[in-house]
Amino acid sequence: MINIFNYIDRPSPIHRLTGATKLICVLLWSFAAMLTYDTRFLAVMPVLSVLLFGVSKIKLKDVSFMLGFTAAFMVLNNVMVFVFSPQHGMDIYGTQHILFGSGRYALTSEQLFYHLNLLLKYLSMIPIVLLFICTTNPSEFAASLNRIGVKYSIAYSVALALRYIPDIQREYHDISQAQQARGIEMSKKESLSKRLKSASAILIPLILSSMDRIETISNAMELRGFGKNKKRTWYMGRRFSRADILCMVFCALLLGISLLLNYLNGSRFFNPFI
Amino acid sequence: MKKFSVKTIVAIGIGAALFFVLGRFVAIPSPVPNTNISIQYGLLAFMTVLFGPIAGMLIGFIGHALIDFSFGWGVWWSWVITSGVFGILFGIATKKLRLADGSFGKKDILTFIIAGVICHVICWGAVAPVLDIVIYAEPIEKLFAQGLVSAIANSVTTAIVGTLLCVAYAAAKPKAGSLKEEE
Repeated sequence: MINIFNYIDRPSPIHRLTGATKLICVLLWSFAAMLTYDTRFLAVMPVLSVLLFGVSKIKLKDVSFMLGFTAAFMVLNNVMVFVFSPQHGMDIYGTQHILFGSGRYALTSEQLFYHLNLLLKYLSMIPIVLLFICTTNPSEFAASLNRIGVKYSIAYSVALALRYIPDIQREYHDISQAQQARGIEMSKKESLSKRLKSASAILIPLILSSMDRIETISNAMELRGFGKNKKRTWYMGRRFSRADILCMVFCALLLGISLLLNYLNGSRFFNPFI
Repeated sequence: MKKFSVKTIVAIGIGAALFFVLGRFVAIPSPVPNTNISIQYGLLAFMTVLFGPIAGMLIGFIGHALIDFSFGWGVWWSWVITSGVFGILFGIATKKLRLADGSFGKKDILTFIIAGVICHVICWGAVAPVLDIVIYAEPIEKLFAQGLVSAIANSVTTAIVGTLLCVAYAAAKPKAGSLKEEE
């Protein structure tokens, strides 16, 4: 299977946790980071995730490709925020300390502080998701969805999607090559509308054959009595160990702290300007 | 909730896989971040018409979540949820279409395109920015600029790619009642 989700199999304490634990932890962690803009809290989270990366034995070069994407994305997002609302920080913190410049695009310390918060927020969420992707076996992922209460029919849809992505990718590639052999131009040499048209020449056979595939798979599943019982077991499902429970408690605490800080600050923002 | 048929479950899985492959490998980036000219919404619209709003919601949600995970950011839940919302809305708006029986005439094309535009404008112009404000407290102006660009891009791709797919599917499918008993 082509490794699109970048799962890296290495013996480490994080790999040994069950998929369900890691999923719950990532969700709790992201909620904790999402809900608050408290700078002190957001500054601790990236440090914690770097520590976790150390424990998981995932190296920087393993994720450098994905990090590149995300870094570019973070920079663009920050630039966009500044271009569209250079005074957002002032609206949030209520004061204005101009560093230099004047008018709408004057650089204020409030705006800079807001950007710092935004950056910290990305940094507290993105590494942990990367860690989750690198340490969770995709097959176990579907089983863990069912474990946290998602209906097994839906968990099975996710499992099917993960199973058939490589197949469909290969089929897309095959059809694309066949159509190119028949003279379809897909490269940058063609105009955009021409390329869209050629894309549909690939898309239509792909979709129609996928419809047949749906028919075949659902017949096979029906023959085996899928969906007859209320529950099912999973080949990749595992029981929780003590480490699993500890991790979940820890992440629940993080969420608790985040909520508590919001309550203590009286809003989602920590304001050093008053 | 109504129990899914096995076929719907499989359609959700394969639909999400298709959504993923199209979104991940056939994307043309636009100048605004988090915003691709994405032909997968044409596919989503087509699958929604065939399999109904709930299937559409799950295909959008699962497919979009997988795309985000594979890029490694995996945190823009507001946009992932919006893809799901589009599935529901579009499914309800196009409930009357009978594509599964192989009928997709001029009037149906019109319904399909108009429903697509309306649903995309609601989703990316209102649902996604509002969720972004609630979750991330980002400035409104930027979010609406992003939303507007995606609404336009997605409406166009839905109208072109989605319609092409529906027409091709209807042509490949024998019409309901096309067989006649011989006298």
